[in-house]
Parts: sequence; C-alpha cells; structure tokens
Amino acid sequence: MSNVSLIIGREFNERVRKKSFIITTLLMPVLMIGLMVAPALIMQFSRGDEKRIAVVDESGLVGPRLQDRDELSFESADLPLDEARRELTDRFGVLFIGADILTNPAAVRLYANSSSSLSVESNITGQIEQILETEKLKGYHIENLSQILDEVKTSVTMQTFRNDKSQEEDSQAQSSVVATVLGYLLGFVLYMFLLIYGSMVMQSVIEEKNSRVLEVMVSSVRPFDLMLGKILGVALVAVIQIVAWGVLICGVGGAVLPSLMPSDVMAGAEALQAGMPDAAAASGLDPEMLSAVAAMTDMGYVVKIFVCLLFFVFGGYLLYSAMFAAVGSAVDNVQDASQLQLPVTLPIILALLAMMAVIKDPDSSLAFWCSIVPFTSPVVMMARIPYGIPGWEIVLSLAVLYASFVGMVWLAGKIYRVGIFMYGKKPSFGELFKWMRYKY
Amino acid sequence: MDLLTAEHVTKRYAGHTALDDVSLAIPRGSVYGLLGPNGAGKTTLIRIINRITAPDSGRVFFGGREIRSEDVFRIGYLPEERGLYKKMKVGEQALFFARLKGLSRRDATVRLKAWFEKFGIESWWDKKVEELSKGMAQKVQFIVTVLHEPELLIFDEPFSGFDPINANLLKDEILALRDKGATVIFSTHNMSSVEEICDHITLIDKSHNILSGRVDDIRRRHGSNIFEVAYRGEETALRQVLADRCEILEGDAEESACRTLRLRVGRDDEVRGVVAAVNDAVELRSFREVIPSMNDIFIRAVNGTL
Repeated sequence: MSNVSLIIGREFNERVRKKSFIITTLLMPVLMIGLMVAPALIMQFSRGDEKRIAVVDESGLVGPRLQDRDELSFESADLPLDEARRELTDRFGVLFIGADILTNPAAVRLYANSSSSLSVESNITGQIEQILETEKLKGYHIENLSQILDEVKTSVTMQTFRNDKSQEEDSQAQSSVVATVLGYLLGFVLYMFLLIYGSMVMQSVIEEKNSRVLEVMVSSVRPFDLMLGKILGVALVAVIQIVAWGVLICGVGGAVLPSLMPSDVMAGAEALQAGMPDAAAASGLDPEMLSAVAAMTDMGYVVKIFVCLLFFVFGGYLLYSAMFAAVGSAVDNVQDASQLQLPVTLPIILALLAMMAVIKDPDSSLAFWCSIVPFTSPVVMMARIPYGIPGWEIVLSLAVLYASFVGMVWLAGKIYRVGIFMYGKKPSFGELFKWMRYKY
Repeated sequence: MDLLTAEHVTKRYAGHTALDDVSLAIPRGSVYGLLGPNGAGKTTLIRIINRITAPDSGRVFFGGREIRSEDVFRIGYLPEERGLYKKMKVGEQALFFARLKGLSRRDATVRLKAWFEKFGIESWWDKKVEELSKGMAQKVQFIVTVLHEPELLIFDEPFSGFDPINANLLKDEILALRDKGATVIFSTHNMSSVEEICDHITLIDKSHNILSGRVDDIRRRHGSNIFEVAYRGEETALRQVLADRCEILEGDAEESACRTLRLRVGRDDEVRGVVAAVNDAVELRSFREVIPSMNDIFIRAVNGTL
C-alpha cells in the first residue's frame, strides 16, 4: 500500500505544481462568474447603429403614432411609394402602410435597403398592432377609454415555492430559472471534469508506456497498484481544484457579493431567505434576480451543492478514468487512442444529452433512471440537484456509482496489465476482451 | 550455492511459446550471462524472475525457497528499454524510485549523494530529465537500479548507448558490485563483453535453453583442436614433418623473424607427437590452443552447427 501512496504523491505533485493548474484553479471561478454576467453586459453594449425608417402612410392613422424605440427611429415621407423607394436609399428602409389598413392588416410592407432582422420586424409589427387595436376600440365610442385601458393593464409575477414535507424548514422561495441555470452549469462542470481529467489519465498512461518508464516501474510495483495510484493521484488533483473553487465561490458569495450589491437588493434577498416573500415582492425589484442573489448568498445551499459536486465528480471520475486508463494502456500513441476511446466518451456525451432533456423535466422517470445508471448519473444527477432531490435518490445514485467503479477498475486492471507490454499493433475490441481473460 | 534457480519454466502467449521447459541455476556471486538472439525469450524469463508475469508451469526459487512478491525489493532491474519521467527532476525522480524499492527518504538521499559524487554528476540533481542526453539519463538509471543494494541485479544490454569510457566505468562498477557480494544477470548480444565479465552463461534460442555452463568450460569444450605454432625456420621443413601427422590450415607467408602456422590435430593424444615433430624441424617459439570466441560459439550454437 505504501507504494500506491508514493505513486499518488508523484502524480499529484507533478500536476499541482504546474503553473497551468494554479492559473486555471484561480481564474476559473472568475471566468464562470464572468460568463454569467457577460450576456447582460453584451445586451447592454450591443445597441446597433440608429436605423432610420421612412414611413409612407396612405391611411394617415399609423405613421404619426409610431414611436422611436430601441435603435429604430421613424420619419414620415411625403412621397409616393415608388419615389420613396427610389430616392431614400440612405435610410434603413421604407415602411409602406396601405389605406385600408384597418380592414386589411396585411397591407403593411417593409422595403429594407439592408438586411432586416427579427427584432426590427417584431418591433414594427408590435407597434402597429397596438395602434390598430386602440383605433378599433375607439370605434366603439366608449367613454374614458384611455383611463380604462390604463387600469386594465396588468403584469403578473409569480413566485414558486418548494412544498417541503417538514413545514418548519423555511419555505424558501425557489426560482426555477436559478435552478435551471445552475443545473446546466453543474451538469457541464461534471461533463468537463469527466472528460478532461479522464483523458488526462489516459494520456499519462500512454506517455509512461511510450517513455518506457513502465518497464522500470513494474519491477517494483504491481501494475494494478500503478494504475490505481495514477487514478487516485489525478483524482486528488480534481478534488483540490473543486475545493479551491468552492472556497473561492463561497467567499465571493458570502463576503464580496453582499458588499457589492445595492442595499435594497440585499434586503430583498435576505427577506427571501428569511421566508418573507411578500416583503421581497414589495421591494418592487425583479424577483428572479432577487432569488438568484438569495441563492448565491445562501451559504447552506451553496455548501450543499459543493459537497454533492465533490462526491459526484470523484465517483464519476473514478469510473471513467479506469476505462480511460485501460484504453491508454492498449495503444502506443494518442492518435491510435481515438477509436478505442469511443466507447468511453460516448456515454459521457450521452449523459450530456440526457441532462439537457432531464433539466426540462427533472422529476420524470427518464431523469430518475439516468441518475441511477452509473455512466450517466454523475452528469444528470448533478444537473437535478439544484431543483431539490430526495436524499435517498442521491445516496442510491452514489452507491451504484462507487460500486460500479470497483467493478470497472477490476476489469480495467486486467486490460492494463496486458496492454502495457503490448507494443506495435493497435488492438481491436475483441482483443481487449481476450486480455480480460488472460491469466497472470 | 545457487541464488536463483529456474526449473522447467514454460510460458505461452496466444499463438507462440516464449519459454519451453527452461531450467537454469545462477550461482551466488557470479556474473551470469543470459544470451540469445532477439525474440528468443530472454525478456520473458527476466520478467518471470521479476514477477512481472507468472510462468504457466515450472517454478523459480530465490535464495533457496520459491520466489515471492516481496523478493522484488532484493532485485534491481535495468530494462533494455529504459525510461524516466521526462518532466521530473533527476534527484526527485531517483528518490521516488529508491523509495518504491523500500528505502527510506533519508537513506535514499545519503546513498544517492554518494553515487552522484562517484559518477561526478552532482550538478544534475535539479535538472529535468529531458535536459539530459541519452547517455546521461542511462547513468541516472543505472544508479537507480543498484541504489537499494539488491542481492540480484539484472542488466538488460547495460552498455548500449554508452561511449567506451563510460562503458568501462560501468563495467568496473558492475564487477565491484559483484565483488561486494551481488549476483548479476547480464543479458546481451555483445559477446566481447560476455568474455570480459561473465563467469557463467546460458544461451536461449527459440524458447529453449540450448547451452549452459562456465564460460571457460564452454569455450574449452567447443575448441576444435586447433593449435597455433609460432616458430623460426624453414616453412617447407615444418610442413614436411607435419604432413602426415595433422591437418595444416593456414600460415602467414610473410618473411619475418617469427612465423605462425595453424594446425588441426585429430585427437588429443596426438598433440605431444606434433609438438615433438615441430621442435625437431624448426625453432619453436610458442604452441597454443586456439579457443573459440563466445561470438563463434553463439553463432554456431544458434545455427545448429556446434
């Protein structure tokens, strides 16, 4: 056993001391947070150039009431359509509205001088629809119409709560948007970890085989111990990375975020955490944003997710890295590995696809079975956890995962000890199965 | 007393037999040559001794009892295909391998420093292996192999990749280790080095042990009664007296003070007569048996003409 720990130490040290490891470990959380903020920022700054649209309105109803909105600005053109189309080529386009627009809603045409876009078109049709609706309502000659319309206008915001069996637990407001985003994120993190750390093991095995270090090693270490040591050594690196990320994100969530956020946002989020959704709603802030902030700053929630993440990354990684190690032992170089790798990478990709389906309906039976089957369970289960999953499911899933790791590492060890001495020909799958039955 | 014996060892892989009923005994304190053409089964035998693989049948004894997995700590193995972790520093790596062989960190450091000093490579300690040349890396690998002072050392082609000076240095170290009590198994194709340092050999060909024994005995046994005479005097006179006593092979026709002639004597008991005849005919300077080189024996044994 002492030799296994020596090998674990070597594998761990070799990777953790690399500059690239230190940099990714420190930068990844920053990147992840950046990735979440980026879409909003891009929306903020992606205002295109002002688009001027000339309006030829034969009805005289719509043109004057079109409002400049977003990047669009409207100006009425006192020209016949043909002339306007010919002359006003410096405008974004010419909007034509027919005289019978009230009875014929199809009498609207946009002659665009450059490529039009969906957002421009929906902006224009939306405005015209509203104008026409108001115009038609006017036709009924209702008194105080505008006042009535203002009063009728309603906007509903709904908050969803988890209906916990134990009512004492604070019925915290649960945002399904936050759960979905978080679920996607965690599923992807799992996927990346399995793939990156798994193939790291494979490459390392190939490298050892290529440099013939293996020949020297196996005279003092059993091949199985060597493989196990490598898998566990790299696992330790993964665990350290996740713990570092966890600490960083908890630190940002618990200490930095509250002080950065405006005080009214924090007050709303705290109200949500304390189980006073009405108080939060009264603040008039976007409830989705409030619950996102509430989730990010709720230590219990964040810690629970990171503990689960740790267990699933570790278990899933162990299972897949054993297979990756077996593949690596069978080939001489990375190019040859690509074909043999397929049965290993396919389940990971499958898990990712399953996750995308599951996240839309996290309580379906597909979701349940995919989070029990060991090959898909790490990714799928991790994506479901933000929604709140019964504890027994998580325990069962982990138990199946770790049990199948034991079986897999035993099989992989058999391939490994034959594979590391096979040079030259790339073996077929049939041969790999034969190797499993070799007696040593 | 034999340190290691193999009895009827057989190992089959799918499709071919690597070792077929091979037996050998390696005396304690000897340098034992394991010879044979490529693919004869030498590496398989070494792997069985190292417990990397197990034989299908037959047994291996180490120090009088059947070999166990702990025995690998008493064996040092330098494989033909050598390898070190390229990205690791030399000293760190040597420590790692030494500790895998059961040395404590302190012991390993002390011994490594001594060896590095002996080879004059102290300055390499903090270099990465990828910065070393092939020969330099081989030196490091040699140190790693012998560092834990094993009773049995297995060297597979230890001199390949070394210049003559370093090869000599290495040879002296191997012999010094033997003198300190280690037993050495030496696998090679280089027959001149076999003559220089091996006491015993086994020749394996096509998975069989075809020749075993002391190097001196084997060479003498396979001498074919060829003698070389060095003399002063008339060649014709010599040829005349020898004509009906033995077969004259060749001589140097060069006119010099001392000339030589090679003869094949039919039977051992005729040697005295031949010597007497030579002595009568010319001035005899030397008369010696020509012992075949290991190279000749190797080639003849493998070709089946021994």
